[in-house]
Amino acid sequence: MIRPHRTHALWYAFILHRVSGIVLALFLPLHFYMLSLALTDPAQLDGFLVFADLLIVKCAEFALVFLLAVHMFGGLRLMALEFLPWSPRQKTFAASAVALAFLISTSFFLQAM
Amino acid sequence: MSETGEFLQVSIWREQDGNGHFESFQVPRRDNQTILDVVAWVQQQADPTLSYRFACRVGMCGSCAMMVNGAPRWTCRTHVQKVADDNRLEIAPLRNLPVIKDLAVDMDPFFDKWVAAEAVFEPSQTRDDPMPPINPQDPMRIAASDAIECINCAVCYAACDVVAANPDYLGPAALNRAWSLVNDSRDDGQDARLKAVSGGGGCHNCHVQQGCARYCPNELNPTLSISGLKRATAKSLLGWGQ
Ligand code: SF4
Ligand code: SF4
Ligand code: FES
Repeated sequence: MIRPHRTHALWYAFILHRVSGIVLALFLPLHFYMLSLALTDPAQLDGFLVFADLLIVKCAEFALVFLLAVHMFGGLRLMALEFLPWSPRQKTFAASAVALAFLISTSFFLQAM
Repeated sequence: MSETGEFLQVSIWREQDGNGHFESFQVPRRDNQTILDVVAWVQQQADPTLSYRFACRVGMCGSCAMMVNGAPRWTCRTHVQKVADDNRLEIAPLRNLPVIKDLAVDMDPFFDKWVAAEAVFEPSQTRDDPMPPINPQDPMRIAASDAIECINCAVCYAACDVVAANPDYLGPAALNRAWSLVNDSRDDGQDARLKAVSGGGGCHNCHVQQGCARYCPNELNPTLSISGLKRATAKSLLGWGQ
């Protein structure tokens, strides 16, 4: 349960940024390992690419692209907040980061289908 | 105040010598009743040993803050109507500070951090010097004034998860005060102040969740002040002056 003092939009933006960061940190080494297979073991990579064609894997990719995009836009918001003059529209920025990430990941998903 | 015939189910934290538990009370509900009215009713009508703190009852002194249904509030200006959850109230001492007894917390760590943050005015002149003119339209003065109406209630301090996680963190109120002084043209303590707020427990700990700004009863924005300090310390590190 989320404690009452945390139930506000910018706390959710904070937790989304952290969680997406952790998931990406776990995913990226795997991602680079898979890429490296193109050089070291193309047969295994081909096997993996067949697996990556499954619908469930496509959905997982959608989630990953969303996390990547939301982490990037959320990070831009934080950098702007820390280095540019303060803007009172932080909630709007956080919501826009989520909306943009959703847009990008959905178009990725539709294209991948 | 007129009685409404309804009753509030109130759980109040009781603590003495480190042992604490919630105790239930039934309090008559009234129109325009504040949380402080509820606590005072319990102390006057049900249990005179209940300890709590207040002074002005009009949102000036900053001594009455408590956790109400899990969120920090100034209790003298918080209406029951605004926060009661189906006539239920849970009233606990302010988070992130040691409890003295029941609802009264020890504010020393909070104020010690104001001193540690150099959030104290350092005069650049003496009383014998002429008063320097202050232009209220000056951008620095506007920044100082925006942060100045703090009543030291520690609501922001209780809302902050970084304070909870890092006992050394100076916290939103002390840093907000430091920021108002960074913008005070009469102050002569800037180097020491920037050093103090950029140390281990300083402004760079803030995770910009804005719990402080969400709950500050005077609608101050310590997050804004802290991001100002982050920029000021970065600039002084790069030798760009303030
Ligand atoms: S914005 Fe910073 S100071 Fe304010 S509650 Fe969050 S972490 Fe604490
Ligand atoms: S900044 Fe606001 S919440 Fe924090 S101590 Fe001052 S008045 Fe209270
Ligand atoms: S009693 Fe003074 S602020 Fe509440």
